[in-house]
Amino acid sequence: MATTAVTPERANYLNAEYGVKSWLLTVDHKRIALLYLLSVTLFFFLGGFFALLIRLELLTPAGDLMQADTYNKVFTMHGIIMVFFFLIPVVPAVLGNFLMPIMIGAKDLAFPRINLLSWYLYVIGGLLILHCMLTGGVDTGWTFYPPFSTSFSNTKVVEAGLAVFVSGFSSILTGLNFIVTVHRMRAPGMTWDRLPLFVWANYATSIVMILGTPVVAITIVLVALERTLHLGIFDPKLGGDPLLFQHLFWFYSHPAVYIMILPSMGVISELITCFSRKRVFGYKFVALSSVAIAVLGFLVWAHHMFVAGMSLYAGLIFSFLSFFVAVPSAIKVFNWTATLYKGSISFTTPMLYAFGFLGLFTMGGLTGLFLAALGVDVHVTDTYFIVAHFHYIMVGGVLMGYLGGMHFWWPKISGRMYPEFWGKLSALIVFLGFNLTFFPQFILGYMGMPRRYWQYPPEFQILNVLSTAGASVLAVGYLLPMIYFVWSMRYGKPAPDNPWNAAGLEWMTSSPPPTYNFDETPVVTWEAYNYEELNKKEEVPVER
Amino acid sequence: MFNNFPLWPERASSLAPGVDALYIFLVILSGFMSVLIFAFVLFFAAKYRRRPGVLAEQIEGSNALELTWSIIPMFVFLAIFVWGAALYYKMRTPPRDATEVYVVAKQWMWKFEHAEGQREINELHVPVGQNVKMIMTSQDVIHSFFVPAFRVKQDVLPGRYTITWFKATKPGTYHLFCAEYCGSQHSGMIGWIDVMEPAQYQAWLSGGTAIPAAQAGQQLFASLGCVTCHRADTQGRGPNLVGVAGKPVLLEDGRTVTADDEYIRESILNPGAKIVAGFKPIMPTFQGMVTEEQLNELVAYVKSLNQTPLNQIPKPTSVTQNNSAPSGAPQMQVQ
Repeated sequence: MATTAVTPERANYLNAEYGVKSWLLTVDHKRIALLYLLSVTLFFFLGGFFALLIRLELLTPAGDLMQADTYNKVFTMHGIIMVFFFLIPVVPAVLGNFLMPIMIGAKDLAFPRINLLSWYLYVIGGLLILHCMLTGGVDTGWTFYPPFSTSFSNTKVVEAGLAVFVSGFSSILTGLNFIVTVHRMRAPGMTWDRLPLFVWANYATSIVMILGTPVVAITIVLVALERTLHLGIFDPKLGGDPLLFQHLFWFYSHPAVYIMILPSMGVISELITCFSRKRVFGYKFVALSSVAIAVLGFLVWAHHMFVAGMSLYAGLIFSFLSFFVAVPSAIKVFNWTATLYKGSISFTTPMLYAFGFLGLFTMGGLTGLFLAALGVDVHVTDTYFIVAHFHYIMVGGVLMGYLGGMHFWWPKISGRMYPEFWGKLSALIVFLGFNLTFFPQFILGYMGMPRRYWQYPPEFQILNVLSTAGASVLAVGYLLPMIYFVWSMRYGKPAPDNPWNAAGLEWMTSSPPPTYNFDETPVVTWEAYNYEELNKKEEVPVER
Repeated sequence: MFNNFPLWPERASSLAPGVDALYIFLVILSGFMSVLIFAFVLFFAAKYRRRPGVLAEQIEGSNALELTWSIIPMFVFLAIFVWGAALYYKMRTPPRDATEVYVVAKQWMWKFEHAEGQREINELHVPVGQNVKMIMTSQDVIHSFFVPAFRVKQDVLPGRYTITWFKATKPGTYHLFCAEYCGSQHSGMIGWIDVMEPAQYQAWLSGGTAIPAAQAGQQLFASLGCVTCHRADTQGRGPNLVGVAGKPVLLEDGRTVTADDEYIRESILNPGAKIVAGFKPIMPTFQGMVTEEQLNELVAYVKSLNQTPLNQIPKPTSVTQNNSAPSGAPQMQVQ
């Protein structure tokens, strides 16, 4: 069963139906995943275009490429699009949507129609933000801090808020769907301690989505009410308190970072086990550390506010708690490393991305310690240090995991193999380009260059030039996979059912899977990552 | 084009060496940890690379190892927490002998008023070796007072005071940045801190003619009519303010609060919020009737009542204000 070649005639979710309507009204989680793939990719390139504009403006100290107001709108749009329309949905809604039901042996998610509704809400939110962008834009930063956003900005704050509000419901419904699916839809024998770690990670993510997202939705409504009806909630001139906003905003937006990174961590667990041919080291610790991150992640929000005017003691408590959320992340990194020990490691594209993830996430995580340490945070917060830190996590970590996962599961998704040489090249370019872009920003930040600056004193120029150079390399690294994935859909080698001889139910069905995933419901009698058996059966090793 | 390329910020305050020490420690620690992890990953990747006929060895895990690599980091983190917290405590606790500067931030400039009355815009002169406390508020949105050379940053909020302090240790001119995004010209909201030798600073101080902030406050106190209720005896309809500042105050609802800058400010803008025990809530609000600068002067005046009896504050010699424009300091080009 492992290496049966696919005959093109075989019925699968892609050739089951044709035509625009069959896609727009589909309730198949795999097709919906592809709808998401298309839409988040569009937003990624739009957000990336804004990133490139930012880097070009910062090539020189003077504000010469665009007006200050334009620059402010550009970095705001970069943030809003990348955070709300790319990073938050990307791994759960594309890979999670496609894989979760298959991985647990289910025919679909628990609520297929709600799943489609999630995508429509995402698209409506997306169209609203595009409309906002095309009719003037917004200049508050993705953080919408009042009273600037409620009483001073002359841009389309309410429109942007509405877009984020609507897309937030997409995320809530996806989280709800995943939780119910994992609880109710597991195949016989698929017990909690046999779940693939990618499922655990998405489960933990879903908890954060349904608990956190409503808070930011309410907060945005309050901003809109203050802006339109002058209710005094945040603006002190109207009797409000601007710190209240920051507490509410970060109560969601800090856990949101875990919404982004946890699913990618799940991907990494799948990749490292497969290409080391091993069960994961410390399954329970890796699985439960995801849950620990999700829970502890809700207790650290005010570490974004150490210089915001909070009391000294609030600062102490939130710093203390922030160090604790670092522990489960460290556990994961150590366990992944230990998984390599005595493995049989092959250097495929997905594995190179996983190595890249380990490198970038480790650096992102360790620089998080600088920011949790109060005395250092005061100096580096709101500078390029923090910009570098969160890009290491949110772009370095999340995107490395996502791209690694896309290469790993592309044969399953498309039924075609991607070109391995170009894949390896892209992994290398992304890794180098990323470090060249963001490493200089740590130094810039410690030197004191504040973030969101349209122009800057000349002593910061060299590091900014390096960063911009890196960004252009990075852009090539991101464009490459996009090109050869599209190319492979037509010209790629047809993929066998299990090209990697990998563990997991998704590899036991055909590539691409049939509409209901399995011809008959599988009965699971083995643990996750049963590479011991698979290694023995490995008669035809894949030539890579 | 690239003639100046520093990689480390200037170190010009008493707080800076402490912050740098923790920072360097963290750089070494995370450098060590990264190298360690990367070394393990690369070593394993090379040593256990796929070879024909060699199967991976299946390992369940190890509770002992899991505990080791959870507990050791936890203690290291705890140590970093304590170190960082000690620095933070110092940053957030201005020394008692600090001279005070009132700061009003607005889109997109910094306005300073020294206790001696000098007023400055986007440039602040301070003497080397003197603790200086910044009592800051914003006229509009949130700004952030950030002097990289001092390793000091504090958001400046509308509607209340926030406090920060520093002791400059090296004469020179240092950047003052706004670090909280505040609108169109956020990146143009850059000022300078001129740190001067004490003698030079004295000369600079006596250069202009200025009314001390407290004295300006006294004039306002009279002209706004505050003085009719807040008398320097026990007969007024409002509390006697002599000796109040910095002391605990018993409130009508039984609570006790400290009469710090924030409390005095609040009592002027929102007098009903905290009523002193034994008095009636009859004071009108002065919200909108006084500017942020005037408010600062009133606060400075109330605080001055602790030091000098009312009648001994010297009369103003002149009413001209010293709005010193940025002098010789290099200015960033704003286009």
